[in-house]
Formats: sequence, C-alpha cells, structure tokens
Amino acid sequence: MARSVTTKRKTFNTALAWGIGLLIFFPILWTILTSFKTEAQAINDPPIFLAFDWTLENYSVVMERSNYARFLWNSIIIAGGSTILGILIAIPAAWSMAFVPGRRTKDILLWMLSTKMLPAVGVLYPIYLIFIELGILDSRVGLVIVLMLMNLPIIVWMLYTYFKEIPGEILEAARMDGASLKSEILYVLTPMAIPGIASTLLLNFILAWNEAFWTLNLTAAKAAPLTAFIASYSSPEGLFYAKLSAASTMAIAPILILGWFSQKQLVSGLTFGAVK
Amino acid sequence: MGQIKLNQVTKSFGDTQVIPPLDLTIEDGEFTVFVGPSGCGKSTLLRLIAGLEDITSGHIEIDGADATNVPPAKRGLAMVFQSYALYPHMTVRKNIAFPMKMAGIDKAEQDRRIEAAAKALNLTDYLDRRPGQLSGGQRQRVAIGRSIVREPSAFLFDEPLSNLDAALRVGMRLEISELHKRLETTMVYVTHDQVEAMTMADKIVVLRAGHIEQVGSPLELYHKPQNIFVAGFIGSPKMNIIDGAEAAKYGAASVGFRPEHTDVSTTEGVWKGRVGVSEHLGSDTFIHVHDTGLADMITVRIAGDIQVTHGDDIYLSPQVDKIHKFDAQGLRVD
Repeated sequence: MARSVTTKRKTFNTALAWGIGLLIFFPILWTILTSFKTEAQAINDPPIFLAFDWTLENYSVVMERSNYARFLWNSIIIAGGSTILGILIAIPAAWSMAFVPGRRTKDILLWMLSTKMLPAVGVLYPIYLIFIELGILDSRVGLVIVLMLMNLPIIVWMLYTYFKEIPGEILEAARMDGASLKSEILYVLTPMAIPGIASTLLLNFILAWNEAFWTLNLTAAKAAPLTAFIASYSSPEGLFYAKLSAASTMAIAPILILGWFSQKQLVSGLTFGAVK
Repeated sequence: MGQIKLNQVTKSFGDTQVIPPLDLTIEDGEFTVFVGPSGCGKSTLLRLIAGLEDITSGHIEIDGADATNVPPAKRGLAMVFQSYALYPHMTVRKNIAFPMKMAGIDKAEQDRRIEAAAKALNLTDYLDRRPGQLSGGQRQRVAIGRSIVREPSAFLFDEPLSNLDAALRVGMRLEISELHKRLETTMVYVTHDQVEAMTMADKIVVLRAGHIEQVGSPLELYHKPQNIFVAGFIGSPKMNIIDGAEAAKYGAASVGFRPEHTDVSTTEGVWKGRVGVSEHLGSDTFIHVHDTGLADMITVRIAGDIQVTHGDDIYLSPQVDKIHKFDAQGLRVD
C-alpha cells in the first residue's frame, strides 16, 4: 500500500523544509545584505534587516584596494588544477578497487578515508617545511598538489561507488574485443561513468574553491586565492564588516553561480545508485 | 584455425577447487557445447579459455601455441555474454566497430564488415540506435555482430539465449547454428539447457562439479550414456532410472529406460501403475505414472494422442533392447 500523505502533513513538511533551507542560507543572505550597507549600519545594534541606505561603495573600495582578478584567477587555477589532477589519479585507482579488488581493498578504502579524520593542522608543520625545502611555498603548483592530496580520498570514494554500479561483464566484453587497459578505461568505463565523474568534478571543485586552511597557511601574495582575499579584510577590531562582506560576496559569487546551474547534476550524482 | 586444447587445467577460488585437473581438446571448426547443472563449472571453464579468469595450474593451447598467460585481448577469441554486455553509450554501429577499432582496422574495411554483418543479422535499420532502444533479440544479434566482425579463431558463447523468451530462443538457436555452418569457425557454447546442447552441438561436454562426465556427439550421449548422471541429464523428459530387485531382473544394479522407449497398455505389461498427470502436446503425450513400486514416478512418452485420465490403471513395458544398464557405481555396463 502506498503511504498516504495528508494535505496537512504535506504543508507541514514543506514549511519545515523551507525553514531549514532558510536557516542554512541565512548567513550567506546576511553577508550579501551587509555588503550593501555602510560600515556604521553594518555594526548597528539592533541589526538592520532591509531598511538601510543601499550602497555599492564597499565594492568599489574593495576593487580599488585589491586585485580581485588575480585572486580569482589563482582560485580557478588551484581549484581546477587540483580537481583535474585528482581525477586523473583517482580513475585508475577507483577502477582497480572496483573491478580487481584484492583482499585488503576495503581496508585501503577505509584507511584512505581515515586520513580525512586527522586535523589538518597536525601535519601543517611538516608540510610547511617540505614546501620550503622544495621551494613551492606561495606557489600555485604547491597548492594544486596539496589540495589534490587532501581531496583525493573523497574523489576515489565517489568514483569507486559509481564504478561499482557498472556491470563487470561490459568491461570483460571490452577486453575480449581486444581493448588494452588504457582503451578499456578511456572508451568504455569513463564514458559510462560520465555522470558520476561530472558530479565528482563539481563537488571537488567546490571543496577546493572553499578550502581555507591550506590556502591561507601556504600562501602569502603570489599564489593567494579568494580565501586569502576575504581574510585580508578581516581585522581583529572588526571595523570593516561591510567591506569584509563585500569581499566575501565577490569570493563566493562564482562558485554559487556554478552550483546553482549544476545543482541538478550534483543532486543526481550524489544520489547515484541510491535509487534504481 | 581454432583448435583449443586444455591440459591438466585446474581452477581454485581460495581453498575451493572448482575445476579439478581436466583435459579437453576442441577441434578446429567444431561446435562444442558445455552442458551441466548450475554450479558445475561450465561458465568458469569458458572464462578460463577466454582468459577472463586465470587458471590455477595447467596449460591452455590455442592453435598450438601456449596461451596460458596471454591476456584475453590477445587470444584472438570473441565472446558473447548472457547479459549481451553491449556498450550502452555507443550506437549499434559503434558497438560493432569497437573490436575493429581496437585492432586498428582501417575505416573503409570497418564499414564494409559492419554492413555485411548488419545485413546477415538483420540489423541494417538499427545501426544508428543505441542498445537501450533495442529488444532482447536485437541486442543479442548486435552482440553476435560485434563478435563476428573481428574474424576470431573461435567464438565463446556464455548462455547467450537464457535472457530471451521461448519463441525467440528457438529462432536464435537456428541463427547461431546457421552462422556456424557458414563461418565454419570453432564455437564453444555454454548452456544448462540440454535441448540447446542436443540441437546445436557437434560435440557435447557434460560437466558435473568441474568433472567431465562424458564427451561425445549428441546421439552418442543419448544412446550410450556412460553413467547414470549423463543418462538422467541428456534427453527430455528425463530417463527413468530404477534399481533394486526389478533392476536385478535385468542383470544390473540400476537400469534406465527412456520415456519414449516404454510401451503402455490398459490390459497387460511388465509393471502396473496409476496415471497421475497426463500432458497432451498433440504430437506427443507425456504420462506420469505413480504407484508402480519402482520409483516415485515413471514418465512415459507416447507418439500422438492417447486418451487416459487421472487415476486410470495402466501397464508399462520397457523396450528390452533399449534398456541401459548400470553397475553399483552408476557406470554403464554393456
């Protein structure tokens, strides 16, 4: 018997969903609103919700003071580079775990995930020293590598889950058809896993874009991405809330727009295999 | 050329040996069927030949060359899978072209072979469709098309018809047999359906628990089963097997007689029984007889139609010259 949902219950559920949605979105909304206030209105007590003098002044000041385009470009290179590099390494890794599992494959997967449980600051010092030694401190190459490594466990896990859904017989058919391992992955596995790979790419791009710990600690000026751009407007005295908000809005706008346009892909990717 | 030779081949999964040491030669151009109940190792054996599973010990030779450690892609064999295993993201044309693309065959030759295969398999109108838009029978034809264009030295079929409905299965069975007559290429075919085995094979290999029980032509297996297992497995309906005192009268531990080699009468015969279910096919009548004191049920096959009803008394007499005798180990005695 299908579960019957009463109208009353439906209304309640909808209201609850909207409530939770708004609660999650509120900090972002507040940041965007604050970016259009003057500094005085931004710290007004009680807070002003909408009835303030809308101004674009903060944006023009931020644009004048900082080179937004350079930060943006660094973010694109670092997030894009680490994601692409990660995918290239993760596809063969996930392939082998999904299709030629060994006795310890499950353990390896868990161990990989467990590295995400270690607080990043625990390895900051050694990584910092290695970066100095290699001369890649404050370089985009360094950040691409470190963010790729940080996100690799998640990329491998996600791809592993998608690959598990692909019938092994199709890959065996490719082998019988004379495909080398490279051709098998390139012409058969990858095209079939495109939806999964696309949502993995998106999610990792977003994670890398928003990553603040490593980008702040391992960059100074040259390779600093948008996270550093935001941080440069946060002062301990808290006098520049409006400008900080303007900088934050500018930093999150690109990824917010990307997320908005790809939300269908993201949702279908994240629920892949959950519903047949 | 497509001779396949298995020499003392074994296969174990962990500590479980699924194929004990096994020798088998499949001659060039022969249509060989591996048949047996599920779990008998027939598919595993096929996958060992294909190279999709590594053998635990022994040697596999293809065309006289040791292929034991040759990867599947390089064995020159083509395989048709039970699930068809078509590439869902490619059109029919690209599916068929894929093995040729892998072999580096030039485009014009690829097109020529695709057209020829599509024509032979009635796929010309579907070349630009994707597998998802095809029926089961059409998908199976695409899978066959994909395997023939690369001109392999042998074809391997892993229960290719079991996903099709009964009518389609008979049609495809004929198509595959005709394909074999036309190409004269070695074919190795796995099935659990003894009717497929009997109708298609030049040579049948009956397997049980990884052991070869008997190798022979369909009629050899039908007329001279080497043991009770083969006797019971080949032929439909199954051979009746009886043992004990009644079998001893014929000088054997067990005797078998086929349903079609049993005479019935309403007045006299060797054994008396009671009619259980009778199945009227028009061309034949199958009568399941109970209470004979021989076995739970004896099946009889009568050509044409015969009027019997549930509960009728009936007399059975085996055709003495067609009785199969087996010793206490279940092996044939002549």
